[in-house]
Amino acid sequence: MSHAIPAPHALSEGSQHDSHPTTTGIPSRKVALWTLIGSECLFFASLISTYLVYKGKSLVGPLPHTESQCMLHGKMQTCEHIFEIPLVTTGTAVLLFSSFFIVLALYGAQRGKRKMLVGWLAATVLAGMFFVGMQVYEFQHFYHKGMGYGTNLFSSTFFTLTGFHGSHVTVGVIWLATLLVLAIKGKIPPQKALNLEIAALYWHFVDVVWIVIFPTVYLMR
Amino acid sequence: MATSVLDHAPAVHAEKTGIWSWITTVDHKRIGILYGTTAFIFFLMGGIEALIMRIQLMKPDNTLVSAELFNSLFTMHGTTMIFLGVMPLSAMFFNYFIPLHIGARDVAFPRLNAFSYWVFLLGGLFINFSFLLNAAPNAGWFGYANLTENTYSPGLNTDFWVLGLQILGIASMAAAINFFVTIVNLRAPGMKMLRMPMFVWMSFITQILLLLAFPVITVALVFLMMDRHFGSHFFLPEGGGDPVLWQHLFWIFGHPEVYILILPAFGIVSEVLPVFSRKPLFGYTAMVFSGAFIAFLGFGVWSHHMFATGMGPFADSFFAISTMLIAVPTGVKIFNWLGTLWGGSLQFKTPLYFAIGMVAMFIIGGLSGVMHASPPADLQQTDTYFVVAHFHYVLFGGSIFGLTAGAYYWFPKMFGRMLHEGLGKLHFWLMLIGFNLTFFPMHFLGLNGMPRRVYTYPAELNLEFWNRIQTWGSLLLGLSFLIFIYNILKTMRRPADAPADPWRGATLEWAIPSPPQEFNFGEVPPVHSSTPVWDLRRASGGQLPEPRRVSGAGIHLPRPSIWPAVTAVGVLGVIGSILFTHAFSHWYFITLSGAAILFYGVYRWAFEPPFPEH
Repeated sequence: MSHAIPAPHALSEGSQHDSHPTTTGIPSRKVALWTLIGSECLFFASLISTYLVYKGKSLVGPLPHTESQCMLHGKMQTCEHIFEIPLVTTGTAVLLFSSFFIVLALYGAQRGKRKMLVGWLAATVLAGMFFVGMQVYEFQHFYHKGMGYGTNLFSSTFFTLTGFHGSHVTVGVIWLATLLVLAIKGKIPPQKALNLEIAALYWHFVDVVWIVIFPTVYLMR
Repeated sequence: MATSVLDHAPAVHAEKTGIWSWITTVDHKRIGILYGTTAFIFFLMGGIEALIMRIQLMKPDNTLVSAELFNSLFTMHGTTMIFLGVMPLSAMFFNYFIPLHIGARDVAFPRLNAFSYWVFLLGGLFINFSFLLNAAPNAGWFGYANLTENTYSPGLNTDFWVLGLQILGIASMAAAINFFVTIVNLRAPGMKMLRMPMFVWMSFITQILLLLAFPVITVALVFLMMDRHFGSHFFLPEGGGDPVLWQHLFWIFGHPEVYILILPAFGIVSEVLPVFSRKPLFGYTAMVFSGAFIAFLGFGVWSHHMFATGMGPFADSFFAISTMLIAVPTGVKIFNWLGTLWGGSLQFKTPLYFAIGMVAMFIIGGLSGVMHASPPADLQQTDTYFVVAHFHYVLFGGSIFGLTAGAYYWFPKMFGRMLHEGLGKLHFWLMLIGFNLTFFPMHFLGLNGMPRRVYTYPAELNLEFWNRIQTWGSLLLGLSFLIFIYNILKTMRRPADAPADPWRGATLEWAIPSPPQEFNFGEVPPVHSSTPVWDLRRASGGQLPEPRRVSGAGIHLPRPSIWPAVTAVGVLGVIGSILFTHAFSHWYFITLSGAAILFYGVYRWAFEPPFPEH
């Protein structure tokens, strides 16, 4: 870009000219994503706190870790604990690995290695889809075992917390899938790697939130 | 001021006109004017609601309005003044002046800025649309569970409130991220953090509060929505839920919210007092850190709104002490304002009147605040008119006086015309007298036991005398705003002949023509201190030449975009659709339509180049 006079602070929004000077030297979109993450921390903190405050306060079953009395097929009966730890552990592992995949994809993007970018980004998207699929299966499974959204305090707090996390993963999958299409078309050259870096930042955050949720909800009795 | 070689080149950025140019604008100054106009109209609506309540309470056993309508009036008055009045009026100044103050071309994300405005507008219209269905929110502005649950609030009233606030929250969050990034990242060379105008500092702290407080009410509103529409029991004791959880979540948001309302006004007053005292702000650094300390403490005092729930001596003591502690940084601010005035060469212009009025009225509100920081005193005052007196002294005496000072101070910069001084001073005196007549007697009524939110009172209680005076005072307040409106209309008919720097201001916006050109600065003046324009004035021996309009050739302006407005419509569709869950079984078609619009808007937005091709 040639300026007749130096524009004081050219805009950085969506602009691919990431060499535009900013006060901190960090691209504005990146600062914005960090800001969003700071705000989201309070969002998930509120959901997790509510889950913990209401832990053990449910009046009827089903319960996550223990046997309980619950309403199933129209009559009260004894239900077993509801969590399927092996299933969720698998989903967790896949989500954690996807954070590693996206680092490799970003490496490929920054160095112009298109095959590496496309391959690892596709792996990330698949891993995200696997996690969301796992969650959809889990929710359905719970529903068939008699746990609807409003069944008890556990179900409401659980579905709200993990549901919001799952919708964040879904947004991430859509975002990354869009970038994948662009990458396949060759539209993410190294100078546009920031587009992927910001999505990766978001992806890591969503992953970190799950690292808090998984032990708090599934492992802590 | 430094002149540019392009001073006499032909203008390349012709001012665009027409309604489409406003709908698609991404210019922070135009968006600021949109925010200001919209918020002022909502503010007048909230004021009319208040006047109807005052007329109803003028005499005992009055039957002007029903109890039901009165419930809607006080709920909508509070909700409107906070979310549709004071917050967006502050946002007008954020929009217009943060980029000018820090020497930037625009905010960091101009289209996101437009999106914030459109979401705010649609959210405000959404809540007020409820009046047309005779279903205006009626459970109080802090929506206590379980009053807001289906059992006690059937009908759409509370749904309008819950969903409307959710929509408005999205506008606030988007704006907060935008201004935070703008202040962090788009400062002109030399504009270090500790050289920023105090208004920018207080705005910066306000954005942090917004970012950290709004997610909490978002969660609380989601829980309440789920209880009302999807069968959960978050706040319902019959399902094991606890209504007090709502109060905790609400006030963890709600207390930072009161600083969100007052800190911008603190910032404005900190700009006005030095300029009209002709000396720099006293204790700049102390002002910055006291503001930050107020915000920090603001997250640790929420339960002082909940002493009456019986939290026990430990929690009561903790929250009483943390609340009283806030008086310290606030006192620092007040002494620094007085220190700024002290020994200054005071220019008694309208903005200074309102700024001094703000300091004086805010002190009264601050003192009654310290009074009910003490739990035993608070238990007597809770839910009485004493509390109403307190928060009107800080919100009206503080925020509105401060914002009005800002309006008179910056009107010439925004519109190129000086508001009439005589009418301005008349506005001030009527507002000051009317305000005190309206709200001071509420202290007496409250201590005598008059509960807030009652729609009438029996004659035997002898509450009539002060109520009558309050009503006359409120009419005087209304009159003062009519004079303000008259002043604006009269001024706007005159030619735009205001000088660039009518008040001899200290900050960067006074170095460019009034109103500023679309690209703000042809060249940003050098910044070596927190008063860059005073530095220029000193260097040129006291007089500054009138800055000329420059061509702006070579400055790339972002192109207008319709997609922020389209995306905002999608947001309204997704959230507003929840209104229909009980009304018809295929309500989620509306949600999906909204989501489709949202999705389409976001994609077009993301793939639209922000700058025109060149």
